[in-house]
Amino acid sequence: MSLSVLAIDDSRTMRNLLSAALGRVGYEVDLAEDGNEGLERFANSDPDVVITDINMPNLDGFGFIEAARKLTRDRLVPILVLTTESAPELRARARSAGATGWIVKPFDDEKLVWAIERVANTEGKA
Amino acid sequence: MSVGGSDQFRASFFEECEELLEAMHDGFGLMIDGNDDDETIHVVFRAVHSIKGGAGAFGLDGLVAFAHHFETALDQVRAGKISTSDDVLSLFQHCGDHLSDLVVSARDDKDADPAQTKALGAQLDDVIGTPTEAESALSDAAVSFEPLALDFMDLAPAEMVPDTVAKKSGFLLDFTAEPELFTCGNEPALLFKALDRFGQGRISVNVDEVPGLARLDPMMSYLQWSIDLETDVSEDIIRDVFDFVSDCAIITISTRDASGLSPIGEDGPTVENPAPVEASAVLPPLENEPTDVAPEVLPEPAEATPEEKTTAKPATAPVSKAAPPPQTIRVDFERVDKLINLVGELVIKEAMLSQAVSKHDLTSGDEVLQEIEGLKQLAGEIQEGVMAIRAQPVKPLFQRMARTIRDASATTGKRVRLIMKGEAAEVDKTVLERLVDPLNHMVRNAVDHGLESKEDRLAAGKPAEGTVTLSAAHRSGRVVIEISDDGGGINREKVREIGEERGLVTPGAALTASEIDALLFMPGFSMKDEVSELSGRGVGLDVVRSEISALGGRMSISSEMGKGTVFSISLPLTLAVLEGMVVDVAGQTMVIPITAIQETLQPSSAQIHTIGSGSRVLSVRDSLVPVADLGAIFGFRDTPDDLDDHTLLVIETETERRCALIVDSLQDQRQVVIKSLETNYNRVDGIAAATILGDGRIALIVDPEGIAGGIAPPQSSLMTPPRLDALEGASNVAK
Repeated sequence: MSLSVLAIDDSRTMRNLLSAALGRVGYEVDLAEDGNEGLERFANSDPDVVITDINMPNLDGFGFIEAARKLTRDRLVPILVLTTESAPELRARARSAGATGWIVKPFDDEKLVWAIERVANTEGKA
Repeated sequence: MSVGGSDQFRASFFEECEELLEAMHDGFGLMIDGNDDDETIHVVFRAVHSIKGGAGAFGLDGLVAFAHHFETALDQVRAGKISTSDDVLSLFQHCGDHLSDLVVSARDDKDADPAQTKALGAQLDDVIGTPTEAESALSDAAVSFEPLALDFMDLAPAEMVPDTVAKKSGFLLDFTAEPELFTCGNEPALLFKALDRFGQGRISVNVDEVPGLARLDPMMSYLQWSIDLETDVSEDIIRDVFDFVSDCAIITISTRDASGLSPIGEDGPTVENPAPVEASAVLPPLENEPTDVAPEVLPEPAEATPEEKTTAKPATAPVSKAAPPPQTIRVDFERVDKLINLVGELVIKEAMLSQAVSKHDLTSGDEVLQEIEGLKQLAGEIQEGVMAIRAQPVKPLFQRMARTIRDASATTGKRVRLIMKGEAAEVDKTVLERLVDPLNHMVRNAVDHGLESKEDRLAAGKPAEGTVTLSAAHRSGRVVIEISDDGGGINREKVREIGEERGLVTPGAALTASEIDALLFMPGFSMKDEVSELSGRGVGLDVVRSEISALGGRMSISSEMGKGTVFSISLPLTLAVLEGMVVDVAGQTMVIPITAIQETLQPSSAQIHTIGSGSRVLSVRDSLVPVADLGAIFGFRDTPDDLDDHTLLVIETETERRCALIVDSLQDQRQVVIKSLETNYNRVDGIAAATILGDGRIALIVDPEGIAGGIAPPQSSLMTPPRLDALEGASNVAK
């Protein structure tokens, strides 16, 4: 069983890059284009980790995290926020919504894996 | 960036940029019309934000910086700190234009205009109001786009590092989690395990604070960990490990000396290289199957029905008003091209099959004939379907024109409002691409020559702001694009004057209004005494017209003094098929584009006059047009003396040249698949392209412009007697 990651971003470019980077290190990737679709995928596919963008149509990243945190689960799924800003208030807002950590854009494979390793058990997974 | 290397992703990013820029301009359009809502500014903001994010991934720093600056201003609007006055919206549009430029220059690896970036940046700062804020935002951006200061060479897992270093320095860490650490999904064990990368660690946990069960609050964390880490990495890297929990854990890091002295109390159990333990191992289970009595660890939304839980749509989620966009896939253009060629072959094959079967004298109603008819229909439908794949809305083209108009408006100082109509009408992609230059020229013309100055408009009782309207509509299998302005209309007196000056028209000749308008398309005609910076550039409407003509299109003008001018372009929907008249001439089959044919005549009933050296002219609609034999033009034969068994086709070209062509007979009128002669052979004067007939033979498609250019003088100077030398030169065309 490889680690499964749900990545939510409204930008096709970002989804491509995330999917490629996560695929390269052997993770299983599921994609969604906005918060609403993300919730749907989240409820159905039970990912090990979620990576979400903040600015998205229909339901933004904050809204996604808040809604996802209200879903009943046997564990808290780590949710990482993709952000271009290192602004503290943005982190604070993501944190109060229930975000586990953040990945600063632009990311590379190393940064992505490093962030995931600190929030998910990658032991025995690719 | 390791991810930035892929050309495929890069190309896809620039494609996405085009879509985002379109959405952005749409948003500004809505805002300017005043029928915007909150979602509009959000869409615009997200578009710019997404461009910035993607650009960052590919290391396009200039694009990132400007997008960030622009985004900062948009964010202020989003937050309601800036109101969108006309001036602000106009600035945003210019910024949007500049962003488009930056995207293009990034795509083509060219340098953008730094002066423009700077100028617009300064204006954005004025709008944002506090340059310091913008600057700090920019420096923020600079910070956030610096690679993380991690030396990944050091990130090899500890076991891969030979353990020869007997004595390393390192750190002593004390770690106390706060409840929030667990509720946001962090897990201390994973963080400690991450330290493994950097060296050998010993970890101990202090359970002194854990109360008895009666007083234990499952939401609290009572544990403290101490870690003794042997490592040679810097403290910053260790701090970075705990970056996610710096706000919900108390972490102290002190330097450990190389002696390995550990001040950790001996009272806690010690674990070497801990395996990750679930928090539940040291805490009561966070959650059981929810029952009515179990304490809920995670607050459920009040009164949530099971349905709500499964769909999990928060009631506050904004509902987008627009219908969801249709599902699309992205296909390489070459694949579609190949399909189009194959469908062309299929249509030709079907024609060949019909022809082969027709030799067998089958009775009508025969099964084979019926099936072939069915095949023909199917092939036709497939062809239409494939053409539709390449069809694209004219909207992006119109948006480019909107930009041209903004630029022209800025240059001329005339205020212009653009109205777009029918931008959803679809045209073949290749046609759209080739329309960019002609349309650019025409909208510039509309602003530069069409619209009057503000003073003149006010004097004429018109609003100060001029209007240019771009519209597209489908009419009988073609698309008609109109560029109209509400300016002063064409000053025909002046046009005529210039026409006479330039020798384009005989002084004193009786010209109709439309004949005068047609002068605008004559080579060498320029309306302005001074070539203006905008439309001039040594390109006249004649060039525009020949471009349109090359696309199989026709142009016309209508204008009313004081009211404005309308330029109308009628175009085929595709360049892949052509509606043509198939004719026989000297044993050859040729195709003449229907758009060029005015009428067909039987020579017996036509008024043909022989002049001078045996050249003929035909009297048609009160004027004389030269007569030429299509066979002779291409060297198939000498011009026949007796025309009784022949047919005359009167053709008129885009440049108003008319002539009558002698052909032997008309076969029929049909759509033919265009095959390029230039690609497959080389260019031949007087021939536009070729097609393949049902019997497999190649038929040449006549280029009316090329043919008429060799034998007929322009219509407007027909006020003077026809130039006979031009007629005699006709047979030289094909050489």
